[in-house]
Amino acid sequence: MSAVPIGLPEGSLNWRLPSKGRVGMWCLIAAEAAIFTIFVVAYIFYIGKSITGPQPKDVLHPPIFYTVCLLASSLTIHIALRRITLGKMWAFARWWLLTILLGGIFLFGTAREWNQLIFRQGLTISTNLFGTTYYSLVGLHAFHVTMGLLALLTVSIFYFTTRLRREHAERLEVLSMYWHFVDVVWVVVFTVVYVIGV
Amino acid sequence: MSSNTIALTELPASRPLALRLHEWVTTVDHKRLGILYILFALVFLAVGGVEATIMRLQLIGPHKDLVSPEVFNRMFTMHGTTMIFFVAMPLVFGFANYLVPLMIGARDMAFPRLNAFSFWMSALGGIFLYFSFLGGDGLYGAGSAPDVGWFAYAPLTSKTFSLGHSTDYWTLSLLSSGIGSIGTAINIITTILCLRCPGMTLGKMPLLVWLNLVMAALVILAVSPLSAAQIMLLIDRYLGAHFFDTQAGGSAVVWMHFFWIFGHPEVYVLVLPAFGFASEIIPVFSRKAMFGYPVMVLATIAIGFIGMSVWAHHMFTVGMSAGANTFFVLSTMAIAVPTGIKIFNWMATMWGGKIRFDVPMMFCVAFLFQFLVAGLTGVTLAVAPFDWQLGNSYYVVAHFHYVIVGGILFTAFGAFYYWFPKVYGKMLNETLGILHFWLFFIGFHLTFDFMHIPGLLGMPRRIYTYEPGRGWDTWNLIVTVGVAFQAAGILFFACNLIWSYLRGKTSGNDPWDAWTLEWSISSPPPVYNYAVVPVVRSRRPLWDLKHPEDPDWRYE
Repeated sequence: MSAVPIGLPEGSLNWRLPSKGRVGMWCLIAAEAAIFTIFVVAYIFYIGKSITGPQPKDVLHPPIFYTVCLLASSLTIHIALRRITLGKMWAFARWWLLTILLGGIFLFGTAREWNQLIFRQGLTISTNLFGTTYYSLVGLHAFHVTMGLLALLTVSIFYFTTRLRREHAERLEVLSMYWHFVDVVWVVVFTVVYVIGV
Repeated sequence: MSSNTIALTELPASRPLALRLHEWVTTVDHKRLGILYILFALVFLAVGGVEATIMRLQLIGPHKDLVSPEVFNRMFTMHGTTMIFFVAMPLVFGFANYLVPLMIGARDMAFPRLNAFSFWMSALGGIFLYFSFLGGDGLYGAGSAPDVGWFAYAPLTSKTFSLGHSTDYWTLSLLSSGIGSIGTAINIITTILCLRCPGMTLGKMPLLVWLNLVMAALVILAVSPLSAAQIMLLIDRYLGAHFFDTQAGGSAVVWMHFFWIFGHPEVYVLVLPAFGFASEIIPVFSRKAMFGYPVMVLATIAIGFIGMSVWAHHMFTVGMSAGANTFFVLSTMAIAVPTGIKIFNWMATMWGGKIRFDVPMMFCVAFLFQFLVAGLTGVTLAVAPFDWQLGNSYYVVAHFHYVIVGGILFTAFGAFYYWFPKVYGKMLNETLGILHFWLFFIGFHLTFDFMHIPGLLGMPRRIYTYEPGRGWDTWNLIVTVGVAFQAAGILFFACNLIWSYLRGKTSGNDPWDAWTLEWSISSPPPVYNYAVVPVVRSRRPLWDLKHPEDPDWRYE
């Protein structure tokens, strides 16, 4: 009774379903997008509602260079994946490490900006509503970049211990979906914080 | 992994208790995690029930002083939070975990370890919430369990008004269980989309699977905003930020929006799986295929979409613009249409069927009537001027308990009686089941039918006592008497579970002559579920198997 053989209908032999890694990652991205939406809505709602200074236009400078670095890392991770699907492992590793480097530069940029805001401008998360929403939104994004970097670093550890092979390309593609998502979120955050909010 | 190998080698049942407990704690099997979720929910159902009983005893007559106002505040906060997050949600996830892979012919959920992680995150949330009774004082010597209400409006949650750590435990608890819920939702969607057995196209899935798919999508879209809001509240409380701090320009209304963007879809998160139970049980006990399957699916999806755009009907009394009021009145009324379609479809399924009134069917028939009433009082509350009059009164309390108890809990009880034989290979006792049904049915109606009336007479919710002579006394007495019947019903249910687990009559694989895949394998199912991957051609694969001369796929 454990089998249910009900005659093979035509076409059941090429029964194909979507990859579970991709579907799972899309779901995670949807959940994360919802979380970011709430933080972005809060940011926009509170623009100009701070009772005390400093105001965004006094202290914020758009981090163009670091933004270019982060967006470029989407390109480099894409190239890295093309290389691993072709089986060119060393080329893959170079592009992958470049991705990590670019992500690291971006995080450094955030750290530098925060350092200046806190110690030169005296803006902390509890100073005013601008500080509250700014550090929360940018910090939430930086947290996601950090998580992504940890995942990318884990992959490079597997590479250097020679455990990474060509057939893992599919899994790395799932990871790259997350990395692209983090980049897209930055475009939104950048627009909201440095363009609309100033 | 180790639990699977142990179970596969079929060790005798007499192995040491520590080893058996260890298997349960480390398990990644969807059936065991499903059972863990459900046991977890049952424990908290008892706890939440005790809290409700304390409130009802306090309100049995005017000027009673069983508990202090402070304790009363804690009771309604803990009752609401417990029942939604640690009873209803784990119940829903438990059944989904157990049934979805079996119904689609899969070996397990898509991500078994994520599944275990999600369950333990939810369990951690429950522990956080109840640890507040001990740890809520903090160094301030103030507060115990949370007392800010289950929707925790700002600025009550600010440091000024919530001394000690009670609110911190509340927010950490919801954040933790929220992460668990999102993890499970990701798992359910991926399992349904990626692990269906050959032949099971989306249009051939059992309706319970469809309803859980839409439920999981709603969890992702609704619980994430709640988690975001909890993160903001934590930042406010720990880092001195000002999201909900009205003194520094923050907004209390923003918290309301963020909470109800979660809070209303949550109702559909809970009720869609309940619809799923009804959609499996009613056809089997009416001996007819589900009426209007495609329409049921479309109505489900419509409920999912509209359900995301009705949240601010919880905020009519806050004072919104005329435009916002109009939008939320209309969207809230619109959701009655797909819900009504479903009720007609269940009725049409029963119409002309050979109905068998076994206990699962009794609960589902009661559900049909009760859910209709709950929907109708919902439509009355959707009318903004009516809501201005009755918002935050016992009428509202009666309405949403009609949905959650009369709708969701009744079908969940039906699901217990229906699937218990599959899980343990033993029938639940019918006599005890009938006693459970009638006692709980009578108790439910005594409590929640009569609760509407003091609401209409102006009794606000969350008051810890009231003056005599306002015309509320008798109604409150009747409401509290109903609780005794409900408690007796639950007692019979608990006895039934234990007695039938130990001594129940053996059920066989397919006691109800049902049509979905899970009844084709042994009861309880083997760890690996299906020895041979099943292939299906219609929505009722077991009907096709039992009636090869007249299979369903000829008509679908």
